[in-house]
Amino acid sequence: MRPILLSGHERALTQIKFNPDGDLLFSVSKDQQICVWYAHNGERLGTYKGHQGAIWTVDVDPTSTMIASGSADNTMRLWEIKTGRLLKTWDFPTAVKRVEFSPDGRQLLGITEKRMGHLGTIVVLPIVLDVNAEQSDERDLTIVCDESKATVAGWSYLSKYIIAGHEDGSVSQYDAKTGELIDNIPIHELNMQVTDLQWSPDRTYFITASKDKTARLMAARDLELLKTYPADTPLNSACITPKKDYVILGGGQAAMDVTTTAARQGKFEARFYHKIFEDEIGRVRGHFGPLNTVAADPTGKSYASGGEDGYVRVHHFDKGYFDFMYEVERERQNRL
Amino acid sequence: MAPSFDHLRDADVDEDDYDEDEIDISDLREKYEVQLEQGYDTFIVIDGLPEVTEEQKPKLVKFLLKKLTQVGKTKEDLIYMPMGKDGKSLRFAFVEFSSSAEAAAAVRQLDNVPLDKKHTLRVNKMTDIDRYGREGRVDDKYVPPKIEEFTEKEHLRYFLADPSGRGRDQFAMYRGDSVGVFWNGEKDTPETIVDRQHWTESFIQWSPLGSYLVSVHQQGVQLWGGASWSRQKRFAHPFVNMLDFSPGEKYIVTWSNRPISIPDEGHPQLSLDEDGKNYVIWDVETAKPLRSFANLDLPAAAATADGAKPPPKFPWPAFKWSADEKYVARLTQGSSISVYELPRMNLLDKTTIKIDGVMDFEWAPATPQREGVKQYEQLFCYWTPEIGSNPAKVGLMSIPSKQIVRTLNLFSVTDAKLHWQSDATYLSVKVDRHSKSKKSQATTLEIFRIKEKGVPVEVVDTIKDTVINFAWEPKGDRFVIITTSEPAGPTAVPPKTSVSFFCPEKAKGQAVGNFKHLRTLEKKNSNAIYWSPRGRFVVVATVANAQNSDLEFYDLDFEGEKPESDKDLTANLQLMNTADHYGLTDIQWDPAGRYVASWASVWKHTMENGYHIYDFRGEQLREEPVEKFRQLAWRPRPATLLSKEEQKQIRKNLREYSKQFEQEDAERGASADLAVVEARRRMLDEWLAWRASVDAEVEEERLDRGLPANPVEGLIDQPEDEEEQQVIEEIVEEVIEETEEIVS
Repeated sequence: MRPILLSGHERALTQIKFNPDGDLLFSVSKDQQICVWYAHNGERLGTYKGHQGAIWTVDVDPTSTMIASGSADNTMRLWEIKTGRLLKTWDFPTAVKRVEFSPDGRQLLGITEKRMGHLGTIVVLPIVLDVNAEQSDERDLTIVCDESKATVAGWSYLSKYIIAGHEDGSVSQYDAKTGELIDNIPIHELNMQVTDLQWSPDRTYFITASKDKTARLMAARDLELLKTYPADTPLNSACITPKKDYVILGGGQAAMDVTTTAARQGKFEARFYHKIFEDEIGRVRGHFGPLNTVAADPTGKSYASGGEDGYVRVHHFDKGYFDFMYEVERERQNRL
Repeated sequence: MAPSFDHLRDADVDEDDYDEDEIDISDLREKYEVQLEQGYDTFIVIDGLPEVTEEQKPKLVKFLLKKLTQVGKTKEDLIYMPMGKDGKSLRFAFVEFSSSAEAAAAVRQLDNVPLDKKHTLRVNKMTDIDRYGREGRVDDKYVPPKIEEFTEKEHLRYFLADPSGRGRDQFAMYRGDSVGVFWNGEKDTPETIVDRQHWTESFIQWSPLGSYLVSVHQQGVQLWGGASWSRQKRFAHPFVNMLDFSPGEKYIVTWSNRPISIPDEGHPQLSLDEDGKNYVIWDVETAKPLRSFANLDLPAAAATADGAKPPPKFPWPAFKWSADEKYVARLTQGSSISVYELPRMNLLDKTTIKIDGVMDFEWAPATPQREGVKQYEQLFCYWTPEIGSNPAKVGLMSIPSKQIVRTLNLFSVTDAKLHWQSDATYLSVKVDRHSKSKKSQATTLEIFRIKEKGVPVEVVDTIKDTVINFAWEPKGDRFVIITTSEPAGPTAVPPKTSVSFFCPEKAKGQAVGNFKHLRTLEKKNSNAIYWSPRGRFVVVATVANAQNSDLEFYDLDFEGEKPESDKDLTANLQLMNTADHYGLTDIQWDPAGRYVASWASVWKHTMENGYHIYDFRGEQLREEPVEKFRQLAWRPRPATLLSKEEQKQIRKNLREYSKQFEQEDAERGASADLAVVEARRRMLDEWLAWRASVDAEVEEERLDRGLPANPVEGLIDQPEDEEEQQVIEEIVEEVIEETEEIVS
């Protein structure tokens, strides 16, 4: 499993995303540009320039037509993937920390930072999936997080709920139509920020990563805690692999503490856990800074990780990865 | 506006409204009235004085005065010694002190003090004599003390019967704020026996035979034990810092650097006798204090080169116990050793043992059996430095006879350390010597053979460097030393060390041959030696070192081929395994010598706190990082009840037993695997069932809402013309190998 090292960024990575076909990989970093890469060979296709601050987040629409990005320059932007053309800029009073397209691509949610007297909000914007169409400035919905600001959020199956993870370690379920808060569960340790939230392919359940050194698998319909994956380091990101029942966790000593500890202390490894049995299966080393973001290829053939060290590493799985099976899994397969 | 004199109306200063006499000021009077001396609070009565004549009387008074003025203020004419009709004294005296506190101090400190061989002072308060001494004050009728009903206590040694029948050892772990006791599970998660939050405030400790777990609090120490882990005993020594048990856990010493202060309303366990004391010696069974002591004034620590004085180090343990707990002794550095007899805690022969310049002493860890010595004795050894032209000395003293059994003169001694072998068969004195110029250092080992006739001394002087660590094999006759060529200086990197093994030569019959150097391993970082409590195996490790953290497991009776050079020696050294535990701070063997635990405690640093467990061969069984891990402590076991023959029998049949145990292990392993597989099967089933239910629910909801199966259906243009599709073929050439062949 020799990795492809993508060294196109000059500063720490903040998020990476595969498109639904798994052939393109989008990466954003604090160096103010968005890069797009061919996932299979690591060749850079191009960049999207325009942001004037660190970019915190990126998402691809389900048809791979356009991408949205959110940045510390207090804007959210929409780009055409094919040409790199800026389609639309939405201005906000504070930085945009997270964007995500709804499963049908007709809406886009964004999280704005709590700062300078502004509360953190989750906004929902209508999107017309046509590069030539005029995008609206009107918001479909604004959810104000007055308890604890949202750090991550996403759309559930059928765009039914918006699920958000908060700074205080809790997870909320909102009605995606009305914005009404349905439930809020303190799932991680108190005041241990939820750092990532990624979906299963069918969006019925999701994984959260937190600074409390655990990742948790939860059901979208009732926020039932399904699984817990304990690690020995604060986590920045977690994703669910399609095809195989694994989850990948990334994290490491907080960037500001790294220089004060020995290199072996860092724990800059991607950790694989079995999704159902909660066992740790293996680790992949390589980064020399904490992993800020991990992403699984929707086709299940590879995964990528982006680190504080400014590199993206794309790993294509070997045969062993696909062949590996627990005894009970093999048993079941043989029975079917 | 605040009332001031200017604003006072006439009505306010009108004094005629009340009568001064009517005001009840009795409470103020009580509070502030000058207490005139009344009663006899300041008087004491001294009994037990020798009979003196009128002529001898002033001499005795003067002598008494010397003693009395040590505790309080009094004068010659305040001592009244009544004389009998025959012109001789009545053997008692009244003394007045300047305050009642001084009188109380006199009673505390002078009562039971020997005046000379025949006379012992008995000092009482005058008021006490008044209270108890008069006729009728003590009830004539005997009232038998109430005997409390017998309640069965919990079995303190229940833990020796492992419910699983495997004879596992227990250990306690203190991490975060909670203390737990666990069965050692080797590779598996330790099985929790009890786990409590805030069980202790500073640390935990086991009693030497494992009966009690000690928790330390601001109010004192508590002992816990029995199957329910209930509180067995408490010793309310406020602000206790340290504690130490006697070897048979009959007594306990507690120490606090703050002198005890007894509040006016009294203390539940301590009396005024303990006021101002730092050490308390308790009887564990009754939980009553036996005697208390104040800190000794420490000799001022020598100023270091840069002029900064290091804070004085309190020697710990200050009170050292003889092996059979009959005696406890304390050193007054430079002058004497005080030996107390238990359980009365009186000074042996009523005097301390004066040894000029004595630096350190150490009791024999077992009751010694010297050849030709029939009567009971305990031994301790001590050493004194060179004083003037007298050489330094190491001595062995027998107690209670106070006979010096053996002394050894030594020259050019900088420091000495006393190391007893666990059976008190040998005593090794590690002597650091300086050359005449005092520039270079070397170490010799003076080994006393206690059990042999005349206590011969053997000298090991082949060591060129300074020995920084020494350890005898428990119950054995081999030892390991760690040496370094340069003393550990202020540099960040500790100097390289060498580890040397010594063992006796082969000798005829029962005799033990001379100690010979077996092997030296050089260029090491090791600084600590941990012998298995059963001997034979030893771990040499680097602890509390930022750069290195290795453990080396040695076998001294390796059953393989023996090198030719060692054929006359009683050991066959083999390095079995090495391990690395980053940041380790402590190592401890379990009491059976089967496992070794190493841990990194948050007390020393915050990196990778947690513990490892190894088997005696150095195979790592378990590794568990635990946040805020503080302490691990194996529960000690009492000595075996089996006789020598029975133990021999077991050793002989070991093969049979081990067969049985191995089978059990295999079965247990299989069943554990089975349980894991079963649990996984269950998890998988649950997961799939959950998935099915969610899938069905989502599908139903989708149909209800009339949404397409693919949310982006119709959004993606299907390529209509097949020909428009392009196939891009990428050919990557990679040179795998290049060889050049020269064709002639």
